[in-house]
Amino acid sequence: MGPLAQIFTRLYGTRGWIALGVFAIVLFVGFPLFNLVVPPASSFHVSAYWVTLIGKIMCYAIVALAMDLIWGYCGILSLGHGLFFALGGYAMGMHLMRQIGREGQYQSDLPDFMVFLDWKELPWHWWNTDQFWWAALLVVAVPGLVAFVFGYFAFRSRVKGVYFSIITQALTFAAMLLFFRNDTGFGGNNGFTDFKRILGFPIAVPETRMALFMITGAVLIGTLLVGRYIARSKLGRVLTAIRDAETRVAFCGYNTVHYKLFIWTFSAMLCGVAGALYVPQVGIINPSEMSPANSIEIAIWVAVGGRGTLIGPILGAGLVNYAKSVFTVQFPEYWLFILGLLFILVTLFLPQGVVGLLAKLGRKPA
Amino acid sequence: MRGFLIIIVLAMAAFARPAAALDPGAVERLAFGESDEKVQAISALVAEGDPRAIDLFQALSEGEVQTAGKRVLIVRADQAVDALTGDKVSPLPAEREDVVANNRLRAALAAAVAALRLVSADRATRLAAARGLAGGADEAILPLVKKALEKETDAEIRPLLDQIAATIEIRTGSKEARIAALQKLGLSSNPATKTALLSLLERNPDGSPVEADEAIRIEAETSLRAVEGRLAWGQRAGLLFAGISLGSVLLLAALGLAITYGLMGVINMAHGELMMVGAYTTYTVQNLFRAHVPESAFDWYLVCAVPASFAVAAMVGMVLERTVIRWLYGRPLETLLATWGISLILIQAVRTVFGAQNVQVENPAFMSGGIEILAGVVLPWNRIVIILFAAAVLAGMWLLLMRTRLGLFVRGVTQNRAMASCVGVPTARVDTWAFGLGCGIAGLAGCALSQIGNVGPDLGQSYIVDSFMVVVFGGVGQLAGTVYAALVLGLVNKFIESWSGAVIAKIVVLVFIIFFIQRRPQGMFALKGRAVEA
Repeated sequence: MGPLAQIFTRLYGTRGWIALGVFAIVLFVGFPLFNLVVPPASSFHVSAYWVTLIGKIMCYAIVALAMDLIWGYCGILSLGHGLFFALGGYAMGMHLMRQIGREGQYQSDLPDFMVFLDWKELPWHWWNTDQFWWAALLVVAVPGLVAFVFGYFAFRSRVKGVYFSIITQALTFAAMLLFFRNDTGFGGNNGFTDFKRILGFPIAVPETRMALFMITGAVLIGTLLVGRYIARSKLGRVLTAIRDAETRVAFCGYNTVHYKLFIWTFSAMLCGVAGALYVPQVGIINPSEMSPANSIEIAIWVAVGGRGTLIGPILGAGLVNYAKSVFTVQFPEYWLFILGLLFILVTLFLPQGVVGLLAKLGRKPA
Repeated sequence: MRGFLIIIVLAMAAFARPAAALDPGAVERLAFGESDEKVQAISALVAEGDPRAIDLFQALSEGEVQTAGKRVLIVRADQAVDALTGDKVSPLPAEREDVVANNRLRAALAAAVAALRLVSADRATRLAAARGLAGGADEAILPLVKKALEKETDAEIRPLLDQIAATIEIRTGSKEARIAALQKLGLSSNPATKTALLSLLERNPDGSPVEADEAIRIEAETSLRAVEGRLAWGQRAGLLFAGISLGSVLLLAALGLAITYGLMGVINMAHGELMMVGAYTTYTVQNLFRAHVPESAFDWYLVCAVPASFAVAAMVGMVLERTVIRWLYGRPLETLLATWGISLILIQAVRTVFGAQNVQVENPAFMSGGIEILAGVVLPWNRIVIILFAAAVLAGMWLLLMRTRLGLFVRGVTQNRAMASCVGVPTARVDTWAFGLGCGIAGLAGCALSQIGNVGPDLGQSYIVDSFMVVVFGGVGQLAGTVYAALVLGLVNKFIESWSGAVIAKIVVLVFIIFFIQRRPQGMFALKGRAVEA
């Protein structure tokens, strides 16, 4: 077997690959079949609501994976990762706003909110955003750059632990305040919405939705494999060592700043991609995505699922967000209680998360 | 003896006012004359300065003046009063004609009423009228203003009348008089004077100055600079006060956090919610007072609310420490998450019990209003009280930490927990007490916040990031760091806000702290010690 194939086969054992295969079949064959082909009247039909919900949850799962890479494997708790998610979302949003063309409220070349603010031309940061390739570049580059600069200064000064978490929270809070202003040119507190088409395809039809769904699924699987590869490589080992005893690793001769910076920036770029996939599926992006509360919820997805396991965060993101969508519809007053309890119980009693719990149960002596 | 009596009679004659009557000629012209004559009549009556003309003017404005033959009557609800003498006229004359007031007349009447109020018997009316005319008034009322000045003895109103006179005089009269008036205006600290002076320096659309005389223009400029300088000082004082006030609020908010973080290395994300608990306790105490205590003693609710907020928040904190936080020692990141969960629960609990809307907490009477140090610059009493309160809390904290046994234990455990435990300090109990203390102070902060802002379930969220910034900036383990950090951040925030608005100021402060932490991670004042990070 060639070296590439060897790398692949070493990532997961047989059982892992079979599970992944089943997941892929459900995603790429099952969903399209039951959504697009099976008629809506049938009881086997999977409605658009489910497609959008699962697509959204998969985007969150990518973010959770990214968070696991830095927290579960490297011990950096970021309470501001929602910022990178939102930045990627805004970059894609800018492109989608340009794609509305003249079909907005005001029938102008400029997006509606700019006409409303009486602006005559696009601000500088909107340059070239009607080109998809440039927007795609921004999706990865902007969160990456912000993360790189911030991380460089932070890690170089040995800011870690709780201090680091606090300043990431301050960063996302400051960014949220900035984006809430109308003058910043990102739609103010309304953000971007009312998208019409993406890459020439209309955005609200089932085919486009399914396509976005499948792309998100593919990116999720790809991220999982890449994450697994990093985790099992030497890089992953060093990261785990940094998590457990950073000073010792530094004294062993590794430049911990480089390692942390790499995983931090990579994680931010993953979040950016997740944000870019999120926006066309949900149809709106606004500054509240950058709120500290959203970012802290990302941490709970990872904690619930199980840190440092890669599968755990996906599970956690799925569980918590599914519970959220059920509770906020049926028992809205109770959702915050449940979320709060979840935080407390998971940190107190389930430090290894659900995956750890399952593993413990599976290891019961005969 | 007789000479004495003569002098008294002469004095009485000198000071006696003429028999009660308005000038009949003016009243006649007002009632029967043409529009121009009416306006002249108004000016004449104003110049006389008889305050009873106010009644006539107001009646005329409201269409209550009628004439019957040669007599001018004020008719209200079928009761007629003679406009000249004020005597009742009955029976009501059958043949009456209305005296109509058009818009121009009404405007003139309004101005006249305002001017006449300057000589009213009631001090409050005179003060209000003087303030209202401070921006400048019509030339016609100058004699009235001068008359008012002769009679005015009140120290607060005299300078205002002086100002009004000067503002009018800069436009009319001889050059010397105008320059004298300009110089007088230069001593003013009223923002309205600035407008009056600026109007003298205006330019016509073609660029030529409105005021032809060069000397007058120069004098006006000098006076303008002087006034602007004085106003700027007032603004600076106001800004300084606002900065210190914000600093005191931040100090209260961050003090508790500094203690819990310095002691236990726990960043308590529920700190904001404990402040909210304190604020809601104040609200409950206020309601209890309103329901059970007589009206006169209502203001004392605040005195009861202060210890109540401390106690309730401290108890909540101690319960939290015993049930949740105790099990998470050595795991600061998990503590952060767990306390965030607690904050969500607290917010939702308060929302369920008190409702999601903001609730109203009234300032007691002794905290309403403010001190006016300059025209337009008011220092509110509630903020002054809070600054003093923050200082008192700080002093209390210092005493507690430096002069009591508990404080000694707290300091010991902060510096070296293992060693303190070895020498017999009950670290677990000290932790509980210290956490309760920190939360209690948060409750006090909430009580203070309830007096200056809205009280709602989201109160804590708006202060949590600021509290963290103060703690992180100031360094932990010492009170001094928190104090300086709070004051510096408050002042910097307000100063930037005066240039570029509140949002940018907040962002700049946050970014500044982020960079500061990277230069000096331990904060401004750090404990020197031998602790090594693992």
